[in-house]
Amino acid sequence: MSAPLIEMRGITKSFGAVKANEAVDLSVAPGEILGLLGENGAGKTTLMNVLFGAYAPDAGDILVEGRPVAIHNSADALAAGIGMVHQHFHLAPRLTVLENLLIGIPGKSGRIDRARGLARLTEISRQYGLSLDPNLPVSALSVGEQQRLEIIKALFRGAKLLILDEPTAVLAPSEVDGLFAALRSMAAQGLGIIFISHKLNEVRALTHRCVVLRHGKVAGRVDHPASTTSAEMAKLMCGHEIVPPVREASTPGASVLTLDGISTSGHAGTPLRDVSLFVRAGEILGIAGVSGNGQRALADVISGMLQPRAGTMTIAGKTVTQFSPRELQALGLGRIPEDRMTTGLVTNLPLADSMVLPRIGTEAFSRKGLLNPTAIRAFAEAQIKAYDIRCPGPMVRAGALSGGNLQKALLARELAFDPKVLIVSQPTRGLDIGAARFIHEKFLAMRARGCGIIVIGEDLEELLMLSDRIAVMYEGRIAGTLPSADATVARLGLMMTGAGHTEEAA
Amino acid sequence: MFRLEARTSTPAWFNLALPLIAIAATLILCSGLIAIAGAGVIEAYGVMLSASLGDSYAITETLVRAAPMIFTGLAVAIAFRAKFWNIGAEGQLLAGAVASCFVGAIPMPGTLAMLLMALAGAAAGALVALVPATLRVKFKVDDVVSSLLLNSVIYYALMALIEGPWKDTFSGYPISPPIEDSANFPVLIEGTRLHLGVVVALIAAPLCWFLIARTTLGFRIRVTGENPEAARYGGINVQRVLLSTALLSGALAGLAGVGEVGGVHFQVMSDISPGYGYSGIVVAMLARLNPLGVVPAAIFLAAVMTGAEAMSRATGVPAFLSDVIQGTALLAMLVALLFTAYRIRRVGAQT
Repeated sequence: MSAPLIEMRGITKSFGAVKANEAVDLSVAPGEILGLLGENGAGKTTLMNVLFGAYAPDAGDILVEGRPVAIHNSADALAAGIGMVHQHFHLAPRLTVLENLLIGIPGKSGRIDRARGLARLTEISRQYGLSLDPNLPVSALSVGEQQRLEIIKALFRGAKLLILDEPTAVLAPSEVDGLFAALRSMAAQGLGIIFISHKLNEVRALTHRCVVLRHGKVAGRVDHPASTTSAEMAKLMCGHEIVPPVREASTPGASVLTLDGISTSGHAGTPLRDVSLFVRAGEILGIAGVSGNGQRALADVISGMLQPRAGTMTIAGKTVTQFSPRELQALGLGRIPEDRMTTGLVTNLPLADSMVLPRIGTEAFSRKGLLNPTAIRAFAEAQIKAYDIRCPGPMVRAGALSGGNLQKALLARELAFDPKVLIVSQPTRGLDIGAARFIHEKFLAMRARGCGIIVIGEDLEELLMLSDRIAVMYEGRIAGTLPSADATVARLGLMMTGAGHTEEAA
Repeated sequence: MFRLEARTSTPAWFNLALPLIAIAATLILCSGLIAIAGAGVIEAYGVMLSASLGDSYAITETLVRAAPMIFTGLAVAIAFRAKFWNIGAEGQLLAGAVASCFVGAIPMPGTLAMLLMALAGAAAGALVALVPATLRVKFKVDDVVSSLLLNSVIYYALMALIEGPWKDTFSGYPISPPIEDSANFPVLIEGTRLHLGVVVALIAAPLCWFLIARTTLGFRIRVTGENPEAARYGGINVQRVLLSTALLSGALAGLAGVGEVGGVHFQVMSDISPGYGYSGIVVAMLARLNPLGVVPAAIFLAAVMTGAEAMSRATGVPAFLSDVIQGTALLAMLVALLFTAYRIRRVGAQT
């Protein structure tokens, strides 16, 4: 084996009393794709932030091609040949592809050297099969294309090692194949790649070797991911066996939420065009689709954040089309928003505040305009216990919690009042197996109690496991609905691209 | 080499330590100016301290000056909690002063007059604050700009009033007619200017704290300010909260004007406020938007103002130093606030 491209030796990093990384060793050889696995809070992101210069390690060394280097910021990391593609892209939407590449690259005598930039871009595109129109503004690119631009950006700056933080979370299945092809081509030409993911099947399909972190330490190394089962890897990550939940057969009741001919306008994302759907009591309806095909507008209409231009919405037979979020909640609608940090919670205030927010004006938490701090605290403490939300207590800043614990807190807040209908978007995005499993079990339990649930998601396997029926969204319309017994990943994937067209069949 | 690193949490003692550090930094920075003016730094600060807090009379004078800044500080603190950027406390104070002067000039029993003055002043301030809030809620007009510019509008309206209909026909001075003697706020300690309005200001601070911390409106104000989208998602009528906050904030700033008319000047003139509305911003920032912190912050600025005049007389350092200290204190506090979100870390020890 050739000398490692990057070697991290004995990396330790603490935040206060918490050891986020403890004596972690890791290396990537040229041409190697390394999988970095671990539950949320296992220390993957901290480790990569140390490598990329966002944090200074308390102990340990980083070696690039055998030489120790000091990385104090992202510029040092780039100079050492380390590039990173974050989950949230860092692009200027109004600038073109080429201009985004040239940001921060000094040209001749203060001028931007477009010609040379274009030549490099063409070269990189050809070399790795990553093509993009250099003159398109970033705002016109799909999410997958933006990610491709981030990868090109790193290569443009001379990255020899590429770190990808959960790159497939935002992609459609067909785009994932394209990404994997490009990554394999890069590795074949001698680049090193660190691939961070929760999705074990992807890790098994793509990587040459895996490092599994648990509680900040290396819990295990997998030398042949392709011939290791997902269950074995999951066990390494969690420290115990994971059993998938079973959706019991059941007979759904009457429709609890119906959308009839809903169209929207004046929304940032793709508007809805004549969307009709329903969900019955004791039923889970999955909404599949590549993100950006109107899912956001659908969730916003149902939760009362967006008034539709046309069509009607009814909850248990009552027309609620123009209702505010508060009125919808009062009727028994529970919501889990797509973006828990910006829409769900108030990160700068105590966790307890976010947990009582939707019901602060009710008798449970206030009387005659005066808050009942004891009741608020007691409620939060009870939910923290019931949902096993890991945090120092109800008065901790909500933003200090990890994604999985935030999602549990949101779930607790909505389920505590026994909703009749639940609308959830991307319920397990970014969560680890343990937390995702917990959320799935809660949904199935709510279904068994007669709640009608709409799950908007991109993870088809998750949707197939949870849903009784699956509707596919394409360009703001419902492209078709299938009973999940008839649905397969391949068939749904085809419908998601607008190809297959199946009429409503419940 | 040093670098900033994001903090995951902020220790509680920062709330107290940061304003004190900011004030210490301010005094150190400003000592250079005193030295340039040719005075002894220790001596100058000594005069400031003794003239503002050195004896009981000095303390009452400082409190009288602090009262309007407690009100404007509370007005700004509550507005900023909701992220309603009310830079218009100055104009709201002036509107409150004019309205209370108008009411106070009408003959009626003293208690009733004082009560009506307060109501009229609060209402006038609230109405003025409602303008930028409505523009923001209805038309997305930037409230920083509109509330700031409105200060000039109110100021020149006041000038037109005292240069026109209210002008003193006898002396020709641009001052309003005085309010009725019975409407003058009672003095609490004989031989001082410590008036009833100061006590009202001191009571208003804990009331505002209670409002923010313990009422559903306060909860909605906090949530709306921190994250309007989550607030809306959680069922809060964000626009209504912003308008309520504006009314409350404007009313508090209006009361600052009422106190100046009823307890200090007994009439309205062009310089009734030496920028108390703007000082309210400094006070609120030093208090970290906590209504209880507004009282010591306002007393500090008041002490600087009264002390600076005495220092100027004693050492020849221009009294403008008071304004410099205020401005520097605001900047120092803004820098200090950085450390609630970041920590300084020494790196590169091995290089």
